[in-house]
Amino acid sequence: MSAARLSIDDLTAVSVRDGNRFMLRDVSLKIAIGEVHGIVGESGAGKSTIAKAILGIIPSQVKVTRGRIDFEGLDLLSLSSTALRAVLGRDIALIAQDPSTALNPARRIEAQLTDGLRLKRGLSSSEARMRAGTLLEDVQIRDPTQVLRSYPHQLSGGMRQRVLIAAAFALQPKLVIADEPTTALDVTVQKQILRLIRSLQERHGTSVLFVSHNLGVVAKICDRVSVLYMGKVMEQATTAELLTAPRHPYTKALLGATPRYDAPESGLQPIPPGLIAALRAEIAASDARPADRGSADG
Amino acid sequence: MRARLTAGPLMADDLLIASGLYVSYGKPRPSVLARAPRLGVPVLHGVNLEVRKGETVGIVGESGSGKTTLGRTLIGLVRPTAGSIRFDGIDITTLDEPAMRPLRRRMQMIFQDPMSSLNPRHTIGRILTQPMRLHGLASDHASARGRARDILDRVGLAPSTMDCYSHELSGGQRQRVGIARAVVLRPDFVIADEIVSGLDVSTQAQVLRLLKELTSEMHLALAFISHDLSVIRSICDRVVVMQSGSIVEQGPCEQVFAAPRAAYTRMLLDAIPLPVLDPDWLMSGPAADQVVN
Repeated sequence: MSAARLSIDDLTAVSVRDGNRFMLRDVSLKIAIGEVHGIVGESGAGKSTIAKAILGIIPSQVKVTRGRIDFEGLDLLSLSSTALRAVLGRDIALIAQDPSTALNPARRIEAQLTDGLRLKRGLSSSEARMRAGTLLEDVQIRDPTQVLRSYPHQLSGGMRQRVLIAAAFALQPKLVIADEPTTALDVTVQKQILRLIRSLQERHGTSVLFVSHNLGVVAKICDRVSVLYMGKVMEQATTAELLTAPRHPYTKALLGATPRYDAPESGLQPIPPGLIAALRAEIAASDARPADRGSADG
Repeated sequence: MRARLTAGPLMADDLLIASGLYVSYGKPRPSVLARAPRLGVPVLHGVNLEVRKGETVGIVGESGSGKTTLGRTLIGLVRPTAGSIRFDGIDITTLDEPAMRPLRRRMQMIFQDPMSSLNPRHTIGRILTQPMRLHGLASDHASARGRARDILDRVGLAPSTMDCYSHELSGGQRQRVGIARAVVLRPDFVIADEIVSGLDVSTQAQVLRLLKELTSEMHLALAFISHDLSVIRSICDRVVVMQSGSIVEQGPCEQVFAAPRAAYTRMLLDAIPLPVLDPDWLMSGPAADQVVN
């Protein structure tokens, strides 16, 4: 693998409010320059917690107890909020799941797209407006002038997601965190959005952390994938390996449970309860032996 | 083409026949300025659909295609502006409420979000027994509770669930209660509207498997509304593809999935990301280079 842009090592987090229940268990992953790394798992697996830890927006009841998040030599977890703010937006950007809540409903798209360009790149208002227009063209919006004048509620879901992508790539960040960016969209729009993220990412050499519950989506956009269950990485592999020769029984079960229109009897096989019980027992045992946790790799 | 999409002659096993359904939302208003009166927002444009006894029909479309409105119209929750619906030989299009009530037991609905469709202040026991009492399916309280426990057992929930409130259950458990509530009345026809879209794949597989078993055990006709063609493939016999309020294609699943005739169906299928290695998928296909707005 070429140089890592983001390196997460042994990240462990607990929920303080919930009797120090583990949210993440020794999660380690590396994202190379220009690589799209997928995190896939069911709800509650800890996918979003990883994204939030990178962005420094972990909820107050969650505490990181161990581990490092290294972004190009910066230890993100120990940065002051001022120092972190300098990195976020400029070097690390987010594409959120729900474009209707991620955009400010009371401000025009132009104001929301130009903030970063003026504040972080020092562009003048008119330069920023020009640049915002170009950004909207990059996400294949035909009439940028019209969209810049609009408020979020005047745009469709797919259009709002394009605006968010334009905003995320506006400052040419080195790392984009995409947290379920297509979950709320129709499949045809989803495909356009996935294509857009991939082509912008390739054009700029951006690294992407792509969080999704959908193995199909991950299969199409990611170079590497981490499969997460109960806050623990079950398997980490290239997308090709994961799809053609999954190693971990959980990965196989997840693939088996996914319905697919090309196979009539698919989508009717839940993850076997026996497998769930075995995984839980294994995880409980390693929780009880904190010293061994680092070596207890799936 | 036209003949294939219209309702065929009445067959012995036809349970529900909808012919030429038109639905508009909003009140028709005469316009002061223009000559043509305003007719509200049109949602369905002449939909013809039959559902046979014991058959599972998938209704698929993107948001705004009218699939939810079609489902609601079929069981009389929305009145069509034009067209007719016959249920087991009875024209229910203009039936008044007293005449409709005995039929309501026979057509039930499972909703997308069980959290908002189950009364948060009632126990699951009450949610299951009350409709039985209302429709005279149980002579007394004890027999209603007995049947409620049986149906809970059938959908894989413990008898103790009777005393729970909906907020005490997981998403998958709640959706099982939604299914139990619908089938406890022994209906002939059930509409399930996006009932697995909020669930993890494993829970989704459990719910789909349960539905498949129940429809065959109870000889239940099911209209399964979903935006997800993969999910439809896993449990439906037939599929109906909707676009902007019209049916663009319908047929047996084997046929439609193997050789879709409508360009729109092909585009929907192409847009589904399958968990298989296909490096060309992302940058190819009809959704390519589409500029919006």
